[in-house]
Formats: sequence, structure tokens, C-alpha cells
Amino acid sequence: MDDLRIIERTSNMNDIKISAKGVQVFYGDTHAIKDVDVEIADKTVTAFIGPSGCGKSTFLRCLNRMNDTIDICRVEGSIAIDGQDIYDKRVDPVQLRAKVGMVFQKPNPFPKSIYDNVAYGPKIHGLARTKADLDEIVEASLRRAALWNEVKDRLQAPGTGLSGGQQQRLCIARAVATAPEVLLMDEPCSALDPIATAQVEELIDELRQQFSVVIVTHSMQQAARVSQKTAFFHLGNLVEFNDTDQIFTNPQDPRTESYITGRIG
Amino acid sequence: MTDAATPSTTPGNPASKKGSLLVTDARTKKRNNAEKRFRAYGITAISVGVIFLATLLYSIVGNGAGAFTQTFIAVDIALPEETLDPEGNRDRSEMSRVSTFGYNPLIQQALAEKIASLNIETEVPEAAFGQLLSPGAAAQVRTTVLNNPDLIGQTVRFDILASSRVDGYFKDRVSRVSLLRDSNLSPAHLDIVDELRDQGFAAKKFNLAFITGSDASESRPESAGIGVSMIGSLAMMLVVLLLSLPIGVAASIYLEEFAPKNWFTDLIEVNISNLAAVPSIVFGILGLALFIQFAQLPQSAPLVGGLVLTLMTLPTIIISTRAALKSVPPSIRDAALGVGASKNQAVFHHVLPLAMPGILTGTIIGLAQALGETAPLLLIGMVGFIASNYPDGISAAFMSPNSAMPAQIYEWAKRADPAYYERAWGGIIILLGFLMTMNIIAVILRRRFERRW
Repeated sequence: MDDLRIIERTSNMNDIKISAKGVQVFYGDTHAIKDVDVEIADKTVTAFIGPSGCGKSTFLRCLNRMNDTIDICRVEGSIAIDGQDIYDKRVDPVQLRAKVGMVFQKPNPFPKSIYDNVAYGPKIHGLARTKADLDEIVEASLRRAALWNEVKDRLQAPGTGLSGGQQQRLCIARAVATAPEVLLMDEPCSALDPIATAQVEELIDELRQQFSVVIVTHSMQQAARVSQKTAFFHLGNLVEFNDTDQIFTNPQDPRTESYITGRIG
Repeated sequence: MTDAATPSTTPGNPASKKGSLLVTDARTKKRNNAEKRFRAYGITAISVGVIFLATLLYSIVGNGAGAFTQTFIAVDIALPEETLDPEGNRDRSEMSRVSTFGYNPLIQQALAEKIASLNIETEVPEAAFGQLLSPGAAAQVRTTVLNNPDLIGQTVRFDILASSRVDGYFKDRVSRVSLLRDSNLSPAHLDIVDELRDQGFAAKKFNLAFITGSDASESRPESAGIGVSMIGSLAMMLVVLLLSLPIGVAASIYLEEFAPKNWFTDLIEVNISNLAAVPSIVFGILGLALFIQFAQLPQSAPLVGGLVLTLMTLPTIIISTRAALKSVPPSIRDAALGVGASKNQAVFHHVLPLAMPGILTGTIIGLAQALGETAPLLLIGMVGFIASNYPDGISAAFMSPNSAMPAQIYEWAKRADPAYYERAWGGIIILLGFLMTMNIIAVILRRRFERRW
């Protein structure tokens, strides 16, 4: 693991953004997540790693209640963002998702123009009063997603006509446009080539200035490169959660060690 | 590969006796042959289909094309003022007191003069000349005169519909031999017809009245047209479209996107699928009981027909709409929900537009099915001789008795006069024309909405 470069790791653990306590998730009779406690810091990149089927994506989707769309899925325990329980009955998941944006594994731009893709979120949340405001948000979001220079001349071109890496950055721009406070990324680079991956990773590091970023990844190198905190999931359990350099250099749990050295997974 | 290192226990290890690549081995040959056989089956199946289709089109066009032309006899009819407008003021209401009986002698006389002037010698008595013309001739002349009172006092050339036997003679359906046993026309009449034709006073012409006219009684097939039943069909289609599209699409969206998945929605789903397979006549009797006997809607009305066909079309639309909604990738829903769209917004902004081509196709297929449906119309009184003229007004188009195109075709096909046989085929050509138009519209709409980039 040569590229285990320790990038600036100045996570301020006093500033907790998301705090999950005793989270259990069931898919019908399957116990997918078993009693997970995690505290996710603000303005930090937190990586979830673990073998396939370990529940890291499931847990990620709990954080913006995307699991609500699955009928048989049941969540127990408490997840609080800024101290407010997001599974409280009074919380409208739609409002929550405006605050907690999400980028999916497969780039999934709307079959609309690039502009409309980015403008959709601000439009439905009423973030822009005028067309000029909206233009500004679109440009800022695309710039932030490092896509502006590539698409500024063809904003009305279909978003689905971009390359895979561009599409994924478009999806990031779309998520950023609604001004979320937390950005969830579910294996955002798994469908991308190395160059696009590098661009997205650079972007994630940029986004850390404004957001709390949670990223699920299969690539341990990626976790090491982009994150400050890493959580290792195995068979629905949170095995270890620590600073990224600790996890990769000095794992406390034997399962973590076996995973990062390639013996399980 | 590591396979080479592991000793093979099976004696027939294929790796050990690899043949030349230039020789096809038996297994490959067998597979190739299977593929060839399958291709042959496919080509055979398609050829059979194409042959059937060609035969069908050939026989429809061959039998039905004749219905679009009709034999007309040109007669110069004197229109004397003293019989047609005794008051002399060209007032329509006064003139309409002269019934067709007042016109008949004028036509008889004009025809006799025409035959005499052409020096045609015939054994047919002058009183029987009228059999050459359609029984509707007097009505035809009367309508023209009532619409143009200025014609009175002049001698005007009319193209009068020939009787169906004369028309049949022009279309090789009637011969002198067949007329020996026919009381409507004698072989001697055909001699007159031959002369008239040779002199250019009797000819087959395109007959617009077949497309625009109304049904006629059994005795004068030459003046029957499909136009009024076309209005009936259009009114029904309008009712079906306006009711089944919104109801069907709303029901499918609710069932597919919002409804909880439990035994009750499962039951509804099973029932909708079963309804699609229910024979259409069952919907007919349901409509009879529900709309006519219970709701007291008028019999034979296109409104009731439309309601019955709506019931019949709904399952088709619901099933195809649900399939279209299902085929929208879930990632689009995730994307919309992920940026904080509500369920409703995700469905109406993103899912529905993508499902539109499928929904439209399903709807138009449902409509086309409804357009061609006859059985339920039997039970609500839309099949039969409904001698209606054009409905006078929008509400009459829906409420007053009318037929529908397929019902009209069925009605013609069961009438005794062979002249109606041709009209049944002609009606089918028009019906197919409508279906084809609808399909083309479906394709165009599909194309337009399918710009999913």
C-alpha cells in the first residue's frame, strides 16, 4: 500500500454532525445492521469500508432515510443530525434529504439537459428566486464539481450524453446544488476509470471544506487517500471506527487487519 | 492456465486431443445446425405470416374497392314550377310540402325521354324504366332542389344513382342469366344500360356518399354509407379516451408507486389482469344492466357504447401503464429522491415522462381494440338498422341512437342483398384505415416522447 499518503488529517472531533446509536436494520427477517454506533464529524470525510454485503451501503442509506423507499426495511435505534433524531415521527424525509444529499454508485443523471439536472434540486426547494439566481447556483455547483469548464458551452445538451466520469461529477454537482450539509456517496467511483476516479477524489477533498462527506468504497486505497476517518464493517457489525491512518497502519481488531491485508473480503 | 499442471483423471480430456481449427468438430457442427434450423423456423413462420397478411389485404381490397365506386346515370330532368313550387315564392318550407311522390313522375318522364332521344329500342315498358334507378332517386333530386330553389323552372342534368342491379352489372356481379330469376330488373333492362353506357350516360364514378352517407334500407344498398356510424365510432372513442386515459393512468400510478403492497392490492392486481381476459360481451351485458337499465341512459347511444368500451379498455391501459412505469429504471427514482424531491415530484417530474411512450402505446392499442369491438354493442342496441341521419349537434352525437363502424359492417354483412357484401368489405377498408391512422399516431407520439437521450 504505497499510496497510503497521509493527507492533512485535522479532523475536529468535537464537532459531531451525525451521531448514530444502536442502529439496527432489518430486511424482512434478515438482520442487516447490528447495533452500530458511529459519530461522524463535520467537515470531514468519513469512509465506510468492508467486504460486499457487510451493510455499509445499507447504513449509508439510513443516514438520509433512503431505506424508507424499501417496504420490507425496518430501522431501529437513533440517528441524530445536529442533535435532532431523523427517525422522529415529525421529520419529513423529503426535508431531510435536502439537507443530506446523496451520490449513487452508478451515475444516474436525469434524462434532461445538464442545466436542468443541476437546477432541479434548487427549483423544487425554492432556493432561487430568479432565473439569474438559478443560473448562478448552476454555475457554482458545476464549478464545485469541477465540471464547469467542460460543459459551460453546452449546458442545454443532454446530461446522459456525457462520459461516465462527467456524469458522476454532474450527479455530484446536482447533489451540491441543493446546499446540503452532509453528502453521502455510495461507491461513487466504482463505475469510473482511474482518471475520472482521481478527479472525483480530488473533488471529495475539496467538498470537505463545506460538507461532512460520508463515502462508501470498496477500494481501501481510495479510503486511505480521501478520508480522515474510516469505519470498517463486517457482516453487519461495525468492527472498528478510527482515524484513517490508525485503521490502515495500526488496526486494533484482527478482522480489520485481515481485511486490509486482503485475507477476508 | 493452471489446468495443465493438474493431472487429468478423465481419459477423454479435450485438451489432450485438440483438432485442427480448420476442421469443424462434431459438437460445433451440431450447434451450428441447431442455429440454422432455428433460423429456418423463424423465416418459415414469418413467411407464413406475410402470406396470410398479403392474402388478407388482397381479398379485402379486391372485394371492397368496388364499394367506393358507384354507377350513376345522367338524366336531364325538367323541374316545372307548377308542380314543385305551386306558390311560386321559392319558400323552402312550402316547397317541402311536395313529397318524393311529386318528383317521381318527373324522373320517370325524363328517363323515358332520354331513352327515346337516344333511339334505344326496347321491349321494357316505359313504366318499368324506373327500375334502372335507385329507389332513392326522387329523394336525391328533391334534396338538391330544396337546397337550390333557383333550379326550378330549368332542365337540370342530374347524376342519379343507378339501382343496385345495374351497378352490379357494371361490377360483373349481375348478368343477364342471373336476372332471369330476378324481379327487380329484367335482362332487357341491361340492353338499355349497355346503350346508355356506350353513349356515355351511365358510368361508374367515385362515390363519396359511401364514406360520408348514412345507412340505407335493405332495398337500396347503392345509397348506403358508413359516414354516420363513423360519427358514432368517433363519439365513442372520445368517451373512451376521456375516461379511460385519466382513470387508467391514475389507477396505475397509484397502484405502482404509492399503494402499499398487501393482500388487498394483490387482489386488485389479480382482478385487473383477469378483467383484461374477460370476453367483451360480458362487458356488454354489464353495460346493459348498469347504464341502460339502472342509470336509465338512452339505448343505442354512443355515450353508453363509450362507457362500456371504457370498462373494456381500462384493464389494457392499466396493465400497459404499469409495465411502462415498472420499466423506468429505479435509479431515476433514487436520483430524484436523493435531491430531496417528494415521492409525488419524483413520479410526475421524472418517472411519468419516461413512461409516457409506453403509456401512449398502451392507450392507443386499447383504443384501437375498442374501435373494432362489436360484441358489447350488440347488447346495448347499437347493432341493427339504425336509419339515422347525421346527429344535429354535439349532444345528439353522444345521446341519440347511432351505430358504430364495426357494427355497421356486421349489419351489412348479414343483409341478403349481395350488393351489401361489397359494402361490408368496403367498410372494413375504412375501419382498417382508421386503425392504421391510430397506429401511425401512436408511432409518432412514441417517437416524440421517446427522446430520452
